[in-house]
Amino acid sequence: MVGIVLVSHSPKIAKGILELITQMAPNYEQVVACGGTSEGEIGTDPAAIMTGIEQVNKGDGVVILVDIGSAIMSAEMALDLLEGDTLSNIIVADGPIVEGGLNAAVSASIGSCFEDVVAAIEDARTLSKL
Amino acid sequence: MVTKATVINTINNLSEVIIENSEMLNDLDRAIGDADHGINMKRGFLKVKTTMESTEINDIGHAFKTVGMTLLTSVGGASGPLYATAFLKFADQCKGNETIDLGTFENMLDAAIAGMMHRGKSDAGCKTMLDVWIPYTNTLKNENANGNTFVDALSKSMVAAHEGFEYSKTIIATKGRASYLGERSLGHGDPGAASTVLILKSLSDMFQEA
Repeated sequence: MVGIVLVSHSPKIAKGILELITQMAPNYEQVVACGGTSEGEIGTDPAAIMTGIEQVNKGDGVVILVDIGSAIMSAEMALDLLEGDTLSNIIVADGPIVEGGLNAAVSASIGSCFEDVVAAIEDARTLSKL
Repeated sequence: MVTKATVINTINNLSEVIIENSEMLNDLDRAIGDADHGINMKRGFLKVKTTMESTEINDIGHAFKTVGMTLLTSVGGASGPLYATAFLKFADQCKGNETIDLGTFENMLDAAIAGMMHRGKSDAGCKTMLDVWIPYTNTLKNENANGNTFVDALSKSMVAAHEGFEYSKTIIATKGRASYLGERSLGHGDPGAASTVLILKSLSDMFQEA
């Protein structure tokens, strides 16, 4: 199954989305929350993201969802540091972290391939709420 | 020639300088950002200080790599991955070196700038740290190529670095949180440009001491 890494500046946001995902896709466990700095403060930690990727990577790909600004830089830095390892199908996906994360989890939990999980995240970009 | 001992000394001095100036960096960031650049940099360089103390440094590349990896995991804000990239690119250029000369330093600066441009998807003129890194490096290379003494070349490069910071006040931010402010970012210097001045000053001094 495709793995999911949730990267937020806030540890609570990352954990909160993880909770939502666990509720919506109860049998899906290949997801990890990487929120905050190593000291639990607001920020992002490329080393933690690296560990997160390794933790949920079972060979079918990993999608990384990010919140704002430097979360993208930290996630890309983590990918650069992983260079040399099996990096195929590991990307920072371009979609909102909450809706995209839920879409991704539901899609991944039913065994969708990497491309379909990425598409599910990108679909969330145009999701109309009303 | 700069030796490993001088590099280690420089890194320790730089840590002190960043820690001492953290309030100044916070103040700059308060005007156009979220007032945490100093806090983040101080956290990073406090960690650099303790890590350098507890690490057996093998060579100059190892020293810069230690700084890069430490900043990577401890800074938290955008400056973390950017400065980590700079120091890791430095390290690539002097892997295994016991000494570095000005030529190596130029290569280190070029590699660092290319790395930060790629990491931040940015360039000169976006009101970022690059507005200091780039003129410093260009001046150093020009002065060196013209056969100027290294003392003179470095002091002219530092003038260019300060001018780069002043220039950052005159332009609108197009990267990072300050870009949300649009024209309201005018008149304020970029905090990352200010911390880069401190870093480049320490590195310039490293050669002056040698």
